[in-house]
Amino acid sequence: MTEPATPLWEVFIRSRSGLPHKHCGSVHASDATMALQAARDVYTRRGESVSLWIVPSSAIIASDPADRDALFEPTGTKIYRHPTFYEVPDEVGHM
Amino acid sequence: MYTQALNEKDAPFTTGRSDDPIKLERFQAIIDAEDKVEPNDWMPDAYRRTLQRQISQHAHSEVIGMQPEGNWLTRAPSLKRKATLLAKIQDEAGHGLYLYAAAETLGMSREEYYEQLLSGRAKYSSIFNYPSLTWADMGAIGWLVDGAAIMNQIPLCRCSYGPYARAMIRICKEESFHQRQGYEIMVTLSRGTPAQKAMAQDALNRFYWPVLMMFGPSDTESMHSADSTKWKIKRFSNDELRQKFIDATIPQGQHLGLTFPDPDLKFDAATGHWTHGEIDWSEFKRVLAGDGPCNRQRMKVRKAADAEGTWVREAAAAYANKRADRQRIAKIAAE
Ligand SMILES: [Fe+2]
Ligand SMILES: [Fe+2]
Repeated sequence: MTEPATPLWEVFIRSRSGLPHKHCGSVHASDATMALQAARDVYTRRGESVSLWIVPSSAIIASDPADRDALFEPTGTKIYRHPTFYEVPDEVGHM
Repeated sequence: MYTQALNEKDAPFTTGRSDDPIKLERFQAIIDAEDKVEPNDWMPDAYRRTLQRQISQHAHSEVIGMQPEGNWLTRAPSLKRKATLLAKIQDEAGHGLYLYAAAETLGMSREEYYEQLLSGRAKYSSIFNYPSLTWADMGAIGWLVDGAAIMNQIPLCRCSYGPYARAMIRICKEESFHQRQGYEIMVTLSRGTPAQKAMAQDALNRFYWPVLMMFGPSDTESMHSADSTKWKIKRFSNDELRQKFIDATIPQGQHLGLTFPDPDLKFDAATGHWTHGEIDWSEFKRVLAGDGPCNRQRMKVRKAADAEGTWVREAAAAYANKRADRQRIAKIAAE
């Protein structure tokens, strides 16, 4: 291929106002304006979106799956971070 | 199905001799637990290669699949039919894009996959090598071709590879509109003049057998299935899916008052299934090998579209570079 590869962008959609943007896929485009247009055409043909975010894929920093245990395992033992860990006398009612 | 060539070529994969047995065991445990495999996770080479081929062939099929229907866009009988057909074809382009994106997460670029299609190294579904001769074919394609695709794609929504499964969920949501718009065309023609009904019957006659072939060779001949099943890429065999499709489709055809071009077709009350006549596998092999009615035309059109689009991609890249340069200069000047 003599043509350079067209850059990749990640697409995030806000489906309704009040909701967060959520990753929905990716598109190829040579610049941000075209990426936004392509994302609109590819991912929002049925009213799925009220707002779009486009991010260069190369800008995403992801955790390494190999580090999953090291990063996320420790919270498993910290059950005192959840409200159910604490006992409240029945007479007090809902808290 | 859209990836039926997988059932044909190559020897079955020998699960990588080079793969670390401990990693392999852990990988299989993830699959067995119905957990998903994600792009950066460790995976056996053969799993990666199988998916690269399956997802890209699926993508190529969506893209080539726009041609038979595109053929009738300008001659649709009404503005409503034109708008719905156009929307369906747009969806197929979208399906191609979702699938190329999923395939790219396996470490190959879209350009490389696309090059495999254009050079003829990669296959696409045999069904798109049949011509669309009349308007009724738009009905038969939506009803039968998209119907068969749905049968195959619903279990793929639970495929072990996360990006593929997520793409399939999106695609399945859109496919049901495709099948319904096709069936609606068939209903209208079947209830129309005798000539219109004959046109619907003719389309059914021509598409029925090629659609059954979409599910790929019968289980006795199909390779690759063992690994694909173990890895939860494939959940039903070719024959199981074909049977499901036939059972769902025959009553729909009867409702139209049309007949199926299979003299051996009959309902087996004991099993509750329809039994069908022998499929002409020599035709299937011929079309898949490149000798169907439209193979050359489909590739010619695709290559021309690619060549004619080159200047657009080059101009867009040049414009992006120019803008980036200007921004860099402006930034230096401001400092
Ligand atoms: Fe599709
Ligand atoms: Fe479709």
